[in-house]
Amino acid sequence: MRFSILVFPGSNCDYDAYHSIRHVLGEEAAFIWHGDIDLQSPDCVILPGGFSYGDYLRCGAMAAFSPAMESVKAFAATGGLVLGICNGFQVLTETGMLPGALLRNRSLSFICKDVYLKTENIDLPFTRRLDKNAPIRIPIAHAEGNYFCDQETLDELESGNRVVFRYCDRNGQVTETANPNGSLNNIAGITNREGNVLGMMPHPERAMETIVGNTDGMGVFQSILTQFQEVH
Amino acid sequence: MKVRVIVRLKKGVLDPQGKAIEKTAAKQGYEKFKGFRLGKIIEFQTDETDRETVLRQAEQLADKFLANTVIENYEVQIEDN
Repeated sequence: MRFSILVFPGSNCDYDAYHSIRHVLGEEAAFIWHGDIDLQSPDCVILPGGFSYGDYLRCGAMAAFSPAMESVKAFAATGGLVLGICNGFQVLTETGMLPGALLRNRSLSFICKDVYLKTENIDLPFTRRLDKNAPIRIPIAHAEGNYFCDQETLDELESGNRVVFRYCDRNGQVTETANPNGSLNNIAGITNREGNVLGMMPHPERAMETIVGNTDGMGVFQSILTQFQEVH
Repeated sequence: MKVRVIVRLKKGVLDPQGKAIEKTAAKQGYEKFKGFRLGKIIEFQTDETDRETVLRQAEQLADKFLANTVIENYEVQIEDN
């Protein structure tokens, strides 16, 4: 399976994604410079975390206009899988590929810690190997992860089962204290209508090896791989 | 011609920075000042002389890029040199 990882000026989680895919999952990975339009025939595109364009103007605002993102939009329109992590999620909302926006954390601090996530929708390519009753522990590292949208959008997301991950406690309870950044309805990740684009603030690519003390992120990538293997 | 685009958060969007500013101002004795909201001013110039064209293009740019209309409003002001 081939993953293409976009690199914007200021992206810094591109190598983590590359390492996890290439050396842990054992699949092909390629870097795509933001100025290039050739995505190199991926099966899945990753928009990695980081600080593209220094978060200038708004997080992900400038990256959204990259030539490579035009190609990603076209790729997604034909059903291609796109996974936006952290800054990648911000880029997806700025391009309109996902609704809503990521605001400054309610506490105003940059929060760097492990959180628990409840997987609400396991019918997606990104989550089919996950368990609704088994919360996963995944690190977050962000200052602008506060998911916001208007009421109409929120209703649409909830009724359409498009909220994929919610911040919860270790027992899977979705509580106020388990919400690190003020996100509406503890939303940590959402999908588009077609279910082929996922944006999430936590970093599953940072929880793939025992040496880092956490392999809970494997489920997301194994899901994507299972999906691919079934079709090919 | 000078163009000024003011970008403000929409009503109903939480502004934790505004709240922090309000608290700090209150500590300095300005407790009577309430409802702080932080916005942005983006200024630029152009050689273009047609006011209507500049206004239209500046609004397009503001709508598409300078403001995120999910959470922000914009206001375009033109100043003749």
